Amino acid sequence: MLKDDPLVLPSFLRDTTNSDSALKKFLNGLSGVDKVGVEERVAKLGTRSIKTTAKAEGIDLAIRMIDLTTLEGMDTKGKVKSLCAKARRPDPLDSTVPSVAAVCVYSDLVAVAKENLQGTNINVAAVATGFPAGRVSLAAKLQDTADAVSQGADEIDMVIDRGAFHEGRFLDIYDQIQSVKRACQAAHLKVILETGELKTYDNVKKASWIAMLAGADFIKTSTGKVQPAATLPVTLVMLQAIRDFEIATHRRIGVKPAGGIKTTKDAMKYLVLIKETLGENWMNPNMFRFGASSLLNDLLMQRRKMKNGAYSGPDYVTVD
Amino acid sequence: MSNIDVKRTAKLFIGGAFPRSESGRTYEIFDNNQNFLANVALASRKDARDAVVAARSAFTKWSEATAYNRAQVLYRVSELMQGRREQFVEELNLCSKSNKHAENEVDEAINLMVWFAGWADKIAMVTGSSNPVAGPFFDFSIPEPTGVVAAIAPDKSPLLGLVETIASIVVGGNAVIVIASETQPLPAISLAEVLATSDVPGGVVNILTGSYKEIAPWLASHQDVNAIDLSGVESKAIALELEKEAAINLKRVLRPNTKMDGLTRIKTFLETKTVWHPRGF
Amino acid sequence: MVFEYAPAPESTKVVNLKTNYELFIDGKFVKSKNGSTYKTINPATEEVLAEIIEASSEDIDYAVNSARKAFKSWSKLSGAERGKYIYRIARLIQERSRELAVLESMNNGKPIRESRDIDIPLVAAHFFHYAGWADKLDYAGLGKNPQPLGVAGQIIPWNFPLLMLAWKIAPALAAGNTVVLKPAETTPLTALLFAEICQQAELPDGVVNIVTGAGETGRFLVEHPEIDKVAFTGSTEVGRLIAQAVAGTDKKVTLELGGKAANIVFDDAAMDQAVEGVINGIFFNQGHVCCAGSRLLLQESISDEFLNLLYERMKTLRMGDPLDKNTDIGAINSAAQLAKIHALTQAGKSEGAEMWSAPCEIPNKGFWFAPTVFTNVSLSHRIAREEIFGPVLSVLTFRTPDEAIEKANNTPFGLSAGIWTEKGSRILEVAHRLRAGVIWANTFNKFDPTSPFGGYKESGYGREGGRQGLEAYLKAGK
Repeated sequence: MLKDDPLVLPSFLRDTTNSDSALKKFLNGLSGVDKVGVEERVAKLGTRSIKTTAKAEGIDLAIRMIDLTTLEGMDTKGKVKSLCAKARRPDPLDSTVPSVAAVCVYSDLVAVAKENLQGTNINVAAVATGFPAGRVSLAAKLQDTADAVSQGADEIDMVIDRGAFHEGRFLDIYDQIQSVKRACQAAHLKVILETGELKTYDNVKKASWIAMLAGADFIKTSTGKVQPAATLPVTLVMLQAIRDFEIATHRRIGVKPAGGIKTTKDAMKYLVLIKETLGENWMNPNMFRFGASSLLNDLLMQRRKMKNGAYSGPDYVTVD
Repeated sequence: MSNIDVKRTAKLFIGGAFPRSESGRTYEIFDNNQNFLANVALASRKDARDAVVAARSAFTKWSEATAYNRAQVLYRVSELMQGRREQFVEELNLCSKSNKHAENEVDEAINLMVWFAGWADKIAMVTGSSNPVAGPFFDFSIPEPTGVVAAIAPDKSPLLGLVETIASIVVGGNAVIVIASETQPLPAISLAEVLATSDVPGGVVNILTGSYKEIAPWLASHQDVNAIDLSGVESKAIALELEKEAAINLKRVLRPNTKMDGLTRIKTFLETKTVWHPRGF
Repeated sequence: MVFEYAPAPESTKVVNLKTNYELFIDGKFVKSKNGSTYKTINPATEEVLAEIIEASSEDIDYAVNSARKAFKSWSKLSGAERGKYIYRIARLIQERSRELAVLESMNNGKPIRESRDIDIPLVAAHFFHYAGWADKLDYAGLGKNPQPLGVAGQIIPWNFPLLMLAWKIAPALAAGNTVVLKPAETTPLTALLFAEICQQAELPDGVVNIVTGAGETGRFLVEHPEIDKVAFTGSTEVGRLIAQAVAGTDKKVTLELGGKAANIVFDDAAMDQAVEGVINGIFFNQGHVCCAGSRLLLQESISDEFLNLLYERMKTLRMGDPLDKNTDIGAINSAAQLAKIHALTQAGKSEGAEMWSAPCEIPNKGFWFAPTVFTNVSLSHRIAREEIFGPVLSVLTFRTPDEAIEKANNTPFGLSAGIWTEKGSRILEVAHRLRAGVIWANTFNKFDPTSPFGGYKESGYGREGGRQGLEAYLKAGK
């Protein structure tokens, strides 16, 4: 069955990955994206007013969709440990607050995260493949991935080769993603496009297709290390590519905007975008994630405000 | 030995050809001293209808011609008019005007044709615009021809008025059906011959002779005519009726006795087209 | 449903409705001399908002005479001084924008998102733009020292009540004319609030006069002998009557009339933005837009794919309370307009076209029509020729660019058109050959005070906006 094996494409799409020129031709044949139009659409959706019950529901949904992330050179076991505690129980004062979807760490800290999340449904995601630049050999990328998987990573966040993209070596990117996908074994693969380095919406659309064709389970905007990171219009372009891919293959690909999403208001705008573009099938943590760290605290403060009627402050949520 | 003149049959000018009126009718015109001059075709409503068809079919190509090309074509008309200067003077002389007056009118008419010809590739520069809209768009406005224009040329200056009417209308890319001076149609008939031998494509200018009182209402109410120039209509009552008829398809109407400079006259038969396009990678 | 939006209604507290309104003549609100009254309603609820005067010919006489009197001094005021008054108006509109937006949505039925984000900001922008023209009339295109025409009689429609007021009044005042303006019968309230703004701006008495009423009142205004200029936006049918009424006079006329715009989508279009453009083209303001892209011309090779995307997108349109900030499609402006839409869609069905409507819940009260698409439409169908002026899209297909242009131009109207393709040369060629006054390429329904707007053929004559729009209120100096 097609649906069950992400690496098998319907024949008309399989042919597009037979050669570099076939893939290039296919990607160049995708309809273009008009910058002004896509930004206008996003601005219009940005005026959606999310109040009361919708907001309460949206906040909890957003919390459940978070990949709580720490990706710093100075990350320590202690840091990951306390992050895991927060992932399990984001608000120590309120047990009705749901857990987040996953904790996202560098691959060498997967075991620590795994250990601290035992007995929960929270996944451990590892960034791999020479994150964030990805400028290492394929062998190193595969080794990086294998390490993370062997330590128990449930999800792998890989970066694509943007240099190859700008050189027009689309099939190389495709092949790399496929290789990494194999190395993932049972782990889910999120493919980071690093849209801030792709620069145009047309490129974002092409890169989305390469990733989806190659077997990505999720496509993800950014590493968080490049500005701009996630933006609403970039995400919209990716959502529409996902919709087109579903029409063509009946396969649903997840999406993860990451980087720069800091406020509840931001999160609500992403939820609106999902709801009005892909619909309910994507309104859950299996299909949508926020790659974020500080977002969680703002969601918690807003949640308290809704519950208690008074604004909360940073001193009342944990800094981890 | 005496040589008998070969007289010209005064016909209509439609679609670049010189048909008689389909009605077979003519009317007599006379000089100042009431001597018979010619039998002139008395155009019927069907001739007017044929002229509209000819004008419409000529319009697209003429409006698509480059402005430089239109300028040259009209300038060429002035060259040919110059070559027939004496003929025009003579024809004007036959009717009321003094020789000096006739010469002046012909010279002015030729000069006016040159002046209008020169406008062809300047109209868009002077009347168009780039519009600085508040958003990521490139937005510009350009003049475009209205389409098929019907015109009643002034009776008083049968050549100068006719040239002003025709040139101001066609220079912007319109096609015209003009009803010439009823009492002094000879210069119009000669101008038709000039046009026929010029580079003006057939159908761009169509000249009808006869009674505008009879033909103009058909043109005013014709749904494939986009504008009407009433400059030559002297009767207020008729002008009123024609303007009312013109409302049937919202024709642009140039009322009689409207004082305006040449460029404003040109603009009367132009539309403004505004085009928007987003800017962005 | 997951993440169902809760109601987010804009408060109406900002609006101070009176139970009845008077006419605004000579700087004051005055009773009618002998006119009758009628009730203006909220089309979303059918609730009565206020009682309005139907101005009589005596009232029009009074208003025109006041404008005539005011013209003497207003036209002699320096352009710079006139400009300052208009700037004041622009600022007051910005300050009171919330109030104007809410009132507009209440009286018109349009979504608050549109009145708040599009109508009212454009109104302020229009006054701001033309304020700056007042002392620069020498550059309007009519040579040195151009002169105002005199008193302008202006009649505006109900689809963009305050925006159409701005399009009419701003250039007229900048050029030194005075005006008598009649808002549409069903949407007089923001015009009357604008009258208050004129008072707050201390605009000299009689420069702006607002008279309410229906067609008969409009006729009195058009036919008044002391009017020098008639500016009308509305139906082609009424435009024709006006053109006839002013025949034989010296009155100058500009007419912004109906349309049946083609929105042409080529196979290489940016698909999602084209879908969005088609949505915006026909469902903006419930399709109550003269330049609406009411005929979708789809290249046959992409028609199935495109229509599927369009239907999916239409399912997300939210119809309902115009004051809810999340509403996309508001109420139809009046029972009469709704009846007209029903009649034409009925004709579409009986002529054999296929009708599909977005699954919107129709509220119990008020006038509503769900966003609708007709496929299997041919050019001879009434729904492909007549202006429906509602949220109804007729879909036609084409095979070649020539055929697209031919079909697009095959209408007595010529107001606007849309082109969707990623190929630059094709855009320019198609734009060049379309017989319409406003061409939107890869966008639709965009308006700006600097951008001339107006139609070819039976869509009327004259332009509004920009320098060209200013010229319509001036004549050459002596």
